[in-house]
Amino acid sequence: MIRVQNLVKTFGSFTAVNDVSFEVAEGEIFAFLGPNGAGKTTTIKMLTTLLQPTSGSISLDGLNPKTHHNQVRQRFGIVFQDPSLDGELTAWENMELHGVLYHVPSKIRRQRSEELLKLFELWERKDEQAKKFSGGMKRRLEIARGFLHTPRILFLDEPTLGLDPQSRNQLWSHVKRVNETEKVTVFLTTHYMDEADRVAHRIGVIDHGKLVAQGTPREIKDSTGTETLEDAFLKLTGDNIRDESASSTDQLRQFAKMWQKGGR
Amino acid sequence: MSAIYILWWRELRRYTRSRAQMIVSLGQPLLYLLVLGSGFGHVFQKAGMGNYFQFISPGVIGMMVLFSSIFSGLGLLWDRQFGFLKETLVAPVSRLQIMIGRTLGGATVAVIQGLIVMILSVLFGFRPQNWLAIPAAIGFMVLIAVCFAALGTAIGSGLQDMQGFQLIMNFLVMPIYFLSGAIFPLTNQGVVLSFITRLDPLSYGVDGMRNVLGAPNAAFNPVVDLIVLAAFGFAFILFGAWRFSKIEI
Ligand SMILES: Nc1ncnc2c1ncn2[C@@H]1O[C@H](COP(=O)(O)OP(=O)(O)O)[C@@H](O)[C@H]1O
Ligand SMILES: [Mg+2]
Repeated sequence: MIRVQNLVKTFGSFTAVNDVSFEVAEGEIFAFLGPNGAGKTTTIKMLTTLLQPTSGSISLDGLNPKTHHNQVRQRFGIVFQDPSLDGELTAWENMELHGVLYHVPSKIRRQRSEELLKLFELWERKDEQAKKFSGGMKRRLEIARGFLHTPRILFLDEPTLGLDPQSRNQLWSHVKRVNETEKVTVFLTTHYMDEADRVAHRIGVIDHGKLVAQGTPREIKDSTGTETLEDAFLKLTGDNIRDESASSTDQLRQFAKMWQKGGR
Repeated sequence: MSAIYILWWRELRRYTRSRAQMIVSLGQPLLYLLVLGSGFGHVFQKAGMGNYFQFISPGVIGMMVLFSSIFSGLGLLWDRQFGFLKETLVAPVSRLQIMIGRTLGGATVAVIQGLIVMILSVLFGFRPQNWLAIPAAIGFMVLIAVCFAALGTAIGSGLQDMQGFQLIMNFLVMPIYFLSGAIFPLTNQGVVLSFITRLDPLSYGVDGMRNVLGAPNAAFNPVVDLIVLAAFGFAFILFGAWRFSKIEI
């Protein structure tokens, strides 16, 4: 369903994604794990037509996002890591807008919007502007919206960030449900290793833009000789803390480069 | 089609939700109408140029439409910062449709704002030669609005932050306004100035309104106004659509 070969993305002199290759089969739940700044979101952006790769190839359902962006966009749905709601619109209007953009027929749109808003406990406040919601509620709305249409591939970029355990639970059971009943392929990232262990069929671990391990949760634990996925993850990626952004020296170097270019 | 409609609807919804901003944005044109309108009136009349209020009203209407439409086009910047832009960019709709929906929405809002200023100017004493000319004047407003909403989108597609926005406002939008003949007549100007004013799309919009409303000191033929403005609009839509299709997040 997803095939990525030798994918590279550089920002100036900084390489965010470095020669990554993997495949995700149809109907599979694939978890893409890595510390902050590892290159997960950048990879998802390239898969979802938001960024052009520097080099390498991508195929989604046999299509190249670069040349067939419209057909590719018809095949996936996404819950972004960063906010993507229109805060001026109400919860209901955000759902409506999404449903229309994704060509969900109006009857199904209303019915599913109601179901999803109830499922994620937003129904009572559906007529309030999204900007007035708490962080967790906004997150829930993003997720509810993401499930409004049924795509062939669903991208979830740290969907559980800032969610309470109840909502997290709802989310994963819903993901499993659409995966089982509708054969939706799921590509997700998360920092909660137990979640990945529970829902993912296969896992890829990325660090500093490089894919460092790939396999079923069992295989990954076995190959690192660890008991839990958390331990395996720490063993693979080391235990020093990462920053989301490029290191400050990297940024300085990049800045100097831009400066030189501009000066000439 | 439905995508164009829903994005158009979104722009209107946002407009009707932000009453405060709607009222604040009317302050500037009001100031121009009342302060300039009465302050310069005397000199203007003495110079044999006719009634300044009659002259400046179409100019201030044009200004409102310009500001409002280009502002909505540049609104892309906010959508980028608040993240909503991503949501539309991955939707299974062509970027052309998205761009057109946004542009028409922004243009509609701008025309509404222009109409409010027109009503205000009539309340303060502006008189068109013929009330039946109003639809033709609205036609020019629509063209101005589409033109600059598309230009705003084209520019907004490349803006990353507020500094860029300030730069555009000061070094593009204000000159477009001041060099359009909105506040001074385009007739009898020096070669350089008259050359520059002829490159300004707003000149034709304001002049077109003056022509149809029978305001004094129109400079060109109304048909020329119409054709040139429509050509600018078409070019800006193509340019905006192209720039919009190149956005990366
Ligand atoms: N537009 C950009 N310009 C420069 N650097 C970027 C840009 N987007 C991401 N990066 C950098 O690329 C690296 C990977 O980021 P990202 O893919 O967001 O990581 P994560 O795995 O946490 O999702 C980070 O160091 C980030 O700072
Ligand atoms: Mg990320």
